[in-house]
Amino acid sequence: MLGEEVLILNNITKKYPGVLALDNVSLKILQGEVHILLGENGAGKSTLVKILSGAHKMDSGSINLFGNEININGPRHSQELGIGVIYQELNLIPHLTVAENIFLGREFTHLSGVIDSRKMIKESQKILKKLKVDIDPTRTINELGIAYQQMVEVAKALSLNAKILVMDEPTSALTEKEIKELFSIIKLLKQQGVSIIFISHRLEELFEIGDSVTVLRDGLNVGTRSICDTNRDDLIKLMVNREIKDLFPSRRITIGQEILRVEKLSNSNFAEDIDFTLYKGEVLGLYGLLGSGRTELAKAIFGVDNIDGGEIFVDGEKVNISSPVHAIKNRIGFLTEDRKSQGLVLNLPIKNNITLTNLNEISKLGIVNRKKEVQVTEKYIDELNIKTTGPDQIARNLSGGNQQKVVISKWLCSQVKIFFFDEPTRGIDVGAKLEIYELMNKLAYEGSAIILISSDLLEILGMSDRILVMSEGRITAEFSREEATQEKIMKYALGEIHAA
Amino acid sequence: MRLNNLWTTNARQLGTFFGLLLLIVFFWIWTPYFLTISNLLNIAQQTTINAIIAVGLTFVIITAGIDLSVGSIMAFSGVVLASLLKADQPLIVALIGGVLTGGLCGLVNGTLISYGKLPPFIATLGMMSVARGAALLYTDGRPISGFSADFRFISNGEILHIPVPVLLMVLIYFIAHFILTRTKLGRYTYAIGGNELATMLSGVNVKMIKTVVYTLGGMLSGFAAILLTSRLNSAQPIAGIMYELDAIAAAVIGGTSLVGGEGKLSGTLIGALIMGVLRNGLNLLGVSSFIQQIVIGSVIICAVLIDMSLRKNKS
Repeated sequence: MLGEEVLILNNITKKYPGVLALDNVSLKILQGEVHILLGENGAGKSTLVKILSGAHKMDSGSINLFGNEININGPRHSQELGIGVIYQELNLIPHLTVAENIFLGREFTHLSGVIDSRKMIKESQKILKKLKVDIDPTRTINELGIAYQQMVEVAKALSLNAKILVMDEPTSALTEKEIKELFSIIKLLKQQGVSIIFISHRLEELFEIGDSVTVLRDGLNVGTRSICDTNRDDLIKLMVNREIKDLFPSRRITIGQEILRVEKLSNSNFAEDIDFTLYKGEVLGLYGLLGSGRTELAKAIFGVDNIDGGEIFVDGEKVNISSPVHAIKNRIGFLTEDRKSQGLVLNLPIKNNITLTNLNEISKLGIVNRKKEVQVTEKYIDELNIKTTGPDQIARNLSGGNQQKVVISKWLCSQVKIFFFDEPTRGIDVGAKLEIYELMNKLAYEGSAIILISSDLLEILGMSDRILVMSEGRITAEFSREEATQEKIMKYALGEIHAA
Repeated sequence: MRLNNLWTTNARQLGTFFGLLLLIVFFWIWTPYFLTISNLLNIAQQTTINAIIAVGLTFVIITAGIDLSVGSIMAFSGVVLASLLKADQPLIVALIGGVLTGGLCGLVNGTLISYGKLPPFIATLGMMSVARGAALLYTDGRPISGFSADFRFISNGEILHIPVPVLLMVLIYFIAHFILTRTKLGRYTYAIGGNELATMLSGVNVKMIKTVVYTLGGMLSGFAAILLTSRLNSAQPIAGIMYELDAIAAAVIGGTSLVGGEGKLSGTLIGALIMGVLRNGLNLLGVSSFIQQIVIGSVIICAVLIDMSLRKNKS
């Protein structure tokens, strides 16, 4: 099945100010293979992608594509060479149709110069058929879910005759089912001789889809393995250079009295008669597929979305929460799923971000005590082991895991006791993940309560004391830690039972 | 280390400052009169009004907003102030009345933007016309002139040989700088411009803060009205036309990002001085006012182009 070497990278080196992002990295990609790139955040994966896409230039090294030395001059040139890159943040225009997006910048026109929509739609259909996906090319992108949007990106790359497809964490925003679909498309592409460079943090999925795997660490290629010659622990060891015996740290559980109770919470859009109770010291897992209403439920309790009916009790007392201001007053915090667009003010220093939820605490008469601010920030940098040059470093310049730690610090600083953690480890490397898990355990142990929302079943199983499953706006099942299995949870998440 | 730090965090402002120095050297070479103390004080005096309005705009633009109504608000505040003076109200009452009139207009702007969810461009475009109309209606289109010596002292007085308006401007910059860098309001202003959603989700009352910022902008226009009315010894309902552009230019030349989240008042002050120096220098050189407009417009465009390319290099 696997063919000859189609892409050879030789001793690629790339320096950024203060960082050696890639240090003499060599890599060989075979025709029709899925080559996994694995590594902690900051290991150099993204830099490699940017070099292949032509967004950045390498400092030294050479690239050989189909037997020819090439010099990638820019994104357009990279596309012309047959390299398609699909970024984590998709590059589609929301208000244009699928067909218009696929042929953006290369529209078919009549002789008059008027766009030939019919031909564009037809050609799009052809490509989508080849991928065996059922998308109407006349729909606009914003009507499609993330998974379909991604497939449009794949179609776009194929329409450009991509022979090498680079996918940067394509599964991070997908549900299990969507991942399955994506994988079947990847398998189809392989058969058609397309090579795929696949970047992922999810160890379990690389055994399913990968043919070989290369691990990067601190800009170095620390090993390339054929997928059949390696295993989880081996890879993790390569990635972090330390043994992680258990991905989920054990903890001492001390469950106390009720801290949050939700009764008959409803909203016409996403929630129907939601009832649940959360106890001090507990990590409550909330699992649901995309569109199940899990994030919306958190938003409603946090006062961002409206509630049509139902009641919320904190410490046994009924509360009225109509905005995040009230939520925080009632000691509820919400770590949002998208840290860049909802969690951080990227252009501000770490210290401004961390104290944003609780400036009152460090100010008097409206004046911020800067000394206190630095002290508070340094405390969290220290406690959470945030890798940074200091409290004044701009949040944008941190790696994903450290950014997430800043967001967590922000909520710790706000003195809340009930935490919604929505996808707290998405797109974060294994080492930082473990630290975040440990932190969650510590919070719970100290008497806070956590609602963990995650698409990662293993994470839900590994971290939660109790698990709620949501489907189509309802809670369809509740499991104790002991009862829960992946199969059971998935069954209820798919909503098979709830008709009964 | 500390100096190094100062350089990196203020590189943008220092760059603008260097531009200002170049401009001064240029005019100095061409017109010896330019670099005399009396002319420099003259420039400072002429810059004050724009510089004060630009303070408000800096706040507004940092929140990723815009305020097109500052010139009209200034005119309206001016005629209200003048009518209070003419009605023999105590000076302090008239002054406060002028500032509050501006603040009220700003409050309406802020409320429309925060609670009415109007885009700032539209809300303040509307206010630009409404406030202008109100000023004309209030005075029946005629200027109100002739005030007491006490009131005139605000513009032509001197303390320790420094013109009072310049002192007032410096005072306002100190206070505003303090608010922007040291207070909660300032923190929230930057945070809203950097990421409004994240700021809201952090439990900040974003709507209120934005309303306060626009109100502050209106009050500063009202304050500028005091200086202008005092200097002209007359309040004109048609005063301040196009002032919004000069103030936006001062902020933007000074490095305030129109996307929000970034900006410093030191930059805005330098930006306002650049505008003042340009006008003054070109006048001294006898350049026609038509050509002046072209030169000033070009300078604004170039300044932003340079700024953008610098930012790109940085990231």
